[in-house]
Amino acid sequence: MTAVLALFQMLIFPGFVFLIVLGLAGQFVDRKLYARLQNRVGPPWFQPVADFFKLLGKETVVPEEADSRMFRMAPVFALGAVIASSFYIPLWSAQPLFSFEGDLIVVLYLLLIPTLMYFLGGWYSRSVYSTLGAVRSITQLFAYEIPLLIAVISPALLANTWSISGMVRYYSAHPGRWLFNIVGFAVAIITLLGKLERVPFDIPEAETEIVAGTFTEYSGRFLAFFRLAIDTEAIVAASLVVAVFLPFGFGLAPWLAFIVYLAKILAILAVLALLRTVFARLRLDQMIDFCWKVVAPVAFLQVLADLVLKELT
Amino acid sequence: MVLTVLGSLFKKPATIKYPFASFSMPDHFRGQPKFDSSKCIGCRLCIRDCPSQAITITKVGDRKFEASIDLGKCVYCAQCAETCPRKVIEISTDFELAQTDRGTLKITFHAQPASGACPDDSAEPART
Amino acid sequence: MSEVEHIVQIPVGPQHPMLKEPESFMIDLRGEKIDAVRMRFGYNHRGIEKGCEQRTYTQDLYLVERVCGICSYSHSTAFVQAVEEIAGLEIPPRARYIRTLVAELERIHSHLLWLGVAGHEIGFDTLLMYTWRDREQVMILLAELTGNRVNYGLNTLGGVRRDITAEQMPSILKVVNALEERTKYYIEVAQTEETLRQRLAGVGKLSKEDAARLGAVGPTARASGVDRDTRRDDPYAAYADVSFKVITDQHCDVFGRTLVRVGELMESYSIIRQLLKKIPEGPILVKAPRKIPEGEAVSRYEAPRGEDVHYVRGNGTDKPERVKVRAPTLANTQAVAKMLEDGYLADLPIVIAAIDPCFSCTDRMIGIKNPGKGERRTMSWEEVSRYGVDFYKRKGIDPSRINLRGGSAA
Repeated sequence: MTAVLALFQMLIFPGFVFLIVLGLAGQFVDRKLYARLQNRVGPPWFQPVADFFKLLGKETVVPEEADSRMFRMAPVFALGAVIASSFYIPLWSAQPLFSFEGDLIVVLYLLLIPTLMYFLGGWYSRSVYSTLGAVRSITQLFAYEIPLLIAVISPALLANTWSISGMVRYYSAHPGRWLFNIVGFAVAIITLLGKLERVPFDIPEAETEIVAGTFTEYSGRFLAFFRLAIDTEAIVAASLVVAVFLPFGFGLAPWLAFIVYLAKILAILAVLALLRTVFARLRLDQMIDFCWKVVAPVAFLQVLADLVLKELT
Repeated sequence: MVLTVLGSLFKKPATIKYPFASFSMPDHFRGQPKFDSSKCIGCRLCIRDCPSQAITITKVGDRKFEASIDLGKCVYCAQCAETCPRKVIEISTDFELAQTDRGTLKITFHAQPASGACPDDSAEPART
Repeated sequence: MSEVEHIVQIPVGPQHPMLKEPESFMIDLRGEKIDAVRMRFGYNHRGIEKGCEQRTYTQDLYLVERVCGICSYSHSTAFVQAVEEIAGLEIPPRARYIRTLVAELERIHSHLLWLGVAGHEIGFDTLLMYTWRDREQVMILLAELTGNRVNYGLNTLGGVRRDITAEQMPSILKVVNALEERTKYYIEVAQTEETLRQRLAGVGKLSKEDAARLGAVGPTARASGVDRDTRRDDPYAAYADVSFKVITDQHCDVFGRTLVRVGELMESYSIIRQLLKKIPEGPILVKAPRKIPEGEAVSRYEAPRGEDVHYVRGNGTDKPERVKVRAPTLANTQAVAKMLEDGYLADLPIVIAAIDPCFSCTDRMIGIKNPGKGERRTMSWEEVSRYGVDFYKRKGIDPSRINLRGGSAA
């Protein structure tokens, strides 16, 4: 495709601008659902946009002790990595912007970068609270990332390909086989809560314990971009889960496939909001226990099941 | 828990969208005190019992007194209404008393002029 | 997690999202474990005891009420009981019943508030929203009965200022019935929700011996099996006329404290029903003198947080000579240091929240003995003023140049 078309697709639709719009809309859906489940009213639809522009207009304070360059670059890298990973995920057509054999692993690695950026941003803020939050962020990473990787890789094993678009093609060709991966889907949703740092795994940003954790020293436009990165990460991670575990509806007419995609993303966000409402925040050691003793074994079972199924088919 | 939470989706939110929705306190709520200066005898017992020295009584004529109350200092305890021997003070349920200028919080309840005309004189207390 | 030699000191407070009121806890952390806690109090000291000495008893009613917002009725009643004892006043039975009724309504609203705050501290905001929504019913009822949602202004020397009409009694029963249903639901949530139990059980342990030795009171002590409740041990108001259980629990941790408070909610509903059935007719007030004779009295009251002690000394004038308030949170804070030992940082908010801290109540004048020499040091008002000015001059701030409306700072 021509360079202009590629640039348009990367920057506007379905790339940068589109994902940001979807990210802000996703934040609204999450907050509104969270509020309604708690018998409250919730914010109006433009609240995330208003918050973003308000933060842009606020004074930015960079702590004297902080490493200024890392402090400033962390939000940008986080957002950039999230957007970059979205280029390889088929959103509503079976062919994403770019694809190659092995892009599943690349996407998983790229989605690690935001967490790394939360750690670095918090670490280089040199404040007690942010250091604690940063360390918790990385510690939590070790707990949820392994089950997530295992769960996401299992459908690939069955499809015999390391490319996400390849998996989509396989499952579209064999309708109904994605149901074998339901257990992995459940594991992915739970670990997604950890990746997106939502209750019960919002330990790195536990407001009542460590003020704002990693983001304590962030203000103004840096905080705006960090929050934008978090929102967009939610959409992109949900898109990955949808593409890997719910690979149906890709063959429909483009506008119909688009609506199906939005519906799937909405469903994932709704489930995340519901889980956020009914659970309390776990302690770090309890979370690690839970992930290693319960979630990881279940993910292993899913891998075994897929390996066995691969032999049978 | 999940069922209750999901059930909340279908219930009306418990939020009162004040000030876009009107809201009033129960009938016996202790809001702003109102003085009927025509009945005041100037004994100043209310000043003695006020916990925050919010009341001032000024003599404006022969056996005529005016009361001013600083709404910023008032704690809305209604002790003045209880102490007053002539039941001059009435406690209303008004609570929307905020002002942007602290000076306008002091309101004076003027006494009726001798002629007894101007029926809405004491209806709206003057703000100094 | 590996042993970390490095100790990090983190300041929790005076301003911190976990604390509703300012106090300073300096925590020494090893990794995620708490090594030591140093507490400093006094950020909410407002000089209420001194203020009481300069105001008449009538004015003091409203000043003492404002020691705290949540347990304001405790302070008001404890104070007024002490003064009535000095003056030798016997208040009418109906007034005693009304005081007990409002006291139990206050306990209900306070415990529901606590449930919400505890939920918020462990990240369970849904519990916060639900309990505070239900608490609104009590607040509106109290506004109707007493005239205000907090700081009821109901007590006066010699009785109460407002009566409960026959029309109000059914609405009280309606609220009590509705809340009893909701409380049963919260008991179920506390016992079945797994993440809730994981955060509350085994956290903030305080053995029975430690609770008794460190002087814990109220639900904090009762959750460790210490069977003490001023309403039963030293009945005041109308508590001698009603029967209720004192809820104790053997868990000795935050979960136990939750169960104790929820159990007390159920008992409060039962007490209110008994009161409404048995309330006698009659006056609600006896005339009280303006000048209270010489004498002193100690009055104890079971506030929602524990035993609240007031000491009043009269000297024959219309102003008290000395008023001393010992709030329950002051007695419980010693126990907090013990509970936090060897705990996780993540448990700090819920452990502090579990004693239901009310630091506005706590910050009164405490005499400090110099630990080495065992002597007390008092400073006069002028000395304190000069000390303050010198303190800031040494920091480079000259208070005499601060322009205060209506006075100077020097």
